[in-house]
Amino acid sequence: MINQSQVSSRGIRRIMVGDHAVAEAVKLARVNVISAYPITPQTLIVERLSEMVERGELKADFIRVESEFSALASVYGAAAAGARAFTATSSHGLFYMYEMLWWAAASRLPLVMAVVTRTLGPPWNIHDEHTDILAIRDSGWIIGMASDVQEVFDMTLTAFKLSEDERVLLPVAIGLDGFILSHTIEPLYIPSQEDVDSWLPPRNPKVPYVIEPGGEPVTLGNLPRMDVYHELHRAYMDEAMDKAKNVLHEVYSEYGKLTGRYYEPLVECYRCSDAKYVAVTMGAWSGDAKVAVDELRDGGYPVGLIRIRYIRPFPDEELATYINGVRGIVVFDRDYSAGFGGVLAGELMGLVPSNVSFKGVIAGLGGVDVSPSDFRDVIVNFINDVERDGYLRVRKWWYIPSVNGGD
Amino acid sequence: MVTINELHKYGRTKLIMPGTAACPGCPLQLGMRYLAMALDGKFAMVIPAGCSSVIPGTAPYTAFTVPTMHVPFASSPAVASGLRRALRIRGVDGPVVVWAGDGASADIGFASLSGAAYRNEDIIYILADNEAYMNTGIQASGTTPPKAWTTTSPRGKTEGRKDVSLIMIMHNVPYVATASIAYPMDFIDKVRRAASIRGFKFIHLHAPCPPGWKFPDNYTVRVARLAVETGMWILWEYNQGKLTISPPSIPYKDKGRRKPIEEYLKLQGRFSHLTKEDIEEIKAGVDRQWDLILKLTEIYR
Ligand SMILES: Cc1ncc(C[n+]2csc(CCOP(=O)(O)OP(=O)(O)O)c2C)c(N)n1
Ligand code: SF4
Repeated sequence: MINQSQVSSRGIRRIMVGDHAVAEAVKLARVNVISAYPITPQTLIVERLSEMVERGELKADFIRVESEFSALASVYGAAAAGARAFTATSSHGLFYMYEMLWWAAASRLPLVMAVVTRTLGPPWNIHDEHTDILAIRDSGWIIGMASDVQEVFDMTLTAFKLSEDERVLLPVAIGLDGFILSHTIEPLYIPSQEDVDSWLPPRNPKVPYVIEPGGEPVTLGNLPRMDVYHELHRAYMDEAMDKAKNVLHEVYSEYGKLTGRYYEPLVECYRCSDAKYVAVTMGAWSGDAKVAVDELRDGGYPVGLIRIRYIRPFPDEELATYINGVRGIVVFDRDYSAGFGGVLAGELMGLVPSNVSFKGVIAGLGGVDVSPSDFRDVIVNFINDVERDGYLRVRKWWYIPSVNGGD
Repeated sequence: MVTINELHKYGRTKLIMPGTAACPGCPLQLGMRYLAMALDGKFAMVIPAGCSSVIPGTAPYTAFTVPTMHVPFASSPAVASGLRRALRIRGVDGPVVVWAGDGASADIGFASLSGAAYRNEDIIYILADNEAYMNTGIQASGTTPPKAWTTTSPRGKTEGRKDVSLIMIMHNVPYVATASIAYPMDFIDKVRRAASIRGFKFIHLHAPCPPGWKFPDNYTVRVARLAVETGMWILWEYNQGKLTISPPSIPYKDKGRRKPIEEYLKLQGRFSHLTKEDIEEIKAGVDRQWDLILKLTEIYR
């Protein structure tokens, strides 16, 4: 976790919205090829990047494609030709990419994508929800979710290092909450170009392979001779996902030395060490959940917060460690898997011992505001229920504010 | 103009390795070999889903001797765009070729084709047109001719035909041509001309498919040649504002010199159900197409 009073962040202090922080990171990473298609709330990223390219601040090629599918397909082609490449999208755009997402990941080419999370229609709704980014969790992308603008920047920049690591070679998607981070101005530290260059060298085009006229006649993607090759290939991807956890530790430790900002790589635990109850969140509303935790601590409740930074690779060991020994866990999902419930609740439940109380809360869908007091109320009720009844196990519970005064 | 003498040097060169998974008489394998001759085996290739994803055989082997990416059905023009742009940044030259079927080009990938063309991406796009979705078992596509039998048009296709190459001209690209696997010298010349031009180049290669069109597998070239000789397939070239009829088709500007269309149709099982009226309609369609192309040679002179 970052304790702001302890760190001495290096770099220039600036203020900007989350989308512009992404663009700033992409610029410092000296990305070669960018392609994206307009969709709210992602659009500020590509607009800013186009300006940077036009002004010559970023020596990159910007491909103005006709769809998100082609945006991903073209940066994927660029990655195959040895470039460092980037795209960004949201919600419907992400779903329009769906087939390419899987193809890109299994091609084992490094790529970075920002996903500015947004609700899926109908009805049309541009506000925040995490269902979009969570729907790609089986595709082979490493998936991180930032909680403030500084982290948006840091996660985007480290994503290039992670994706290009020879032990990983998987694309990385960085999520930031639509409007709550994408369009909200916050202060952040930005490292110098020299510092970034010393830590992130240009991409080696030969790793893992390069498609170029006159080059080695490699072929990507033709039918496997035996289906077991296909199966093995997926097992190798799984190995790479596992290795990515160690690489994340390394990357964030180096990045800490570079910037003065140290992160717990996969999962942040806030006031957890002596907690009897933990709440689990992911993304921007974690800040509100922390406020609730602080208030509850002041009121004598032994509660902490687990914040998931990377949902892929799934941080099972880290979560299990923090879950170990608590009386109850309440998971907040800003997403909904139809016919099932909250995605995080579903994924975590397997790690929760059967004698530990559990509640999965679905809240904040469609951009509905969830305040610290909402978190506080839900957590307090959960703790009180467990203390009263001794045990509670609820996989799915909808927290919906009353409409028109409760009609 | 390429000469036979020059092509002799490829007689023993295995531009495509033997033992492919193509059907006997496959037009795509012929076409791809000519493509490789035209570019002296030095290019990178992007191939969407289709027969050509299967033809090279199974990994970890491949019959193709150039760097190749097999990519999702609708994606090849966009993948090639990114590839080309990145190569330019890295200072790597040489042609990037999309080799795509009619389904990939005229239908599912049409938006990304249109996008790449309108951006004038520096790639050569070859539409290898076997006039149906062959890889999935002969289903009708946007370029399947009207009335042709396919497994999704069991009584004959009721829609018309999408003229992808003319649509490409309207994208203001520098180079668009039609070609045929029965006229390799013409095709090779066109590929080479395309490779010498910067920007988006589109070549529409007619590729009669024995199982898909239901003709014997030793008739591929004969059927392809008859398509040109009957005027059903017109070889033309649009090069930076000028549209000309290509040499093999020049005699057939004169309707009287065209072979009877029946000669082309009767070889193909996919047309065996046609009535006299159907054939008259097809003939009228051929005349209209010639009128149009000849008018275009006047406009783009
Ligand atoms: C998105 C998607 N839809 C459907 C398919 C199934 N599919 C694979 S190849 C093919 C037909 C290819 O037809 P065409 O482009 O004409 O090439 P051909 O096989 O005739 O050479 C289809 C429908 C697919 N691979 N991807
Ligand atoms: S179906 Fe036709 S195009 Fe496809 S491999 Fe066989 S002959 Fe070639």
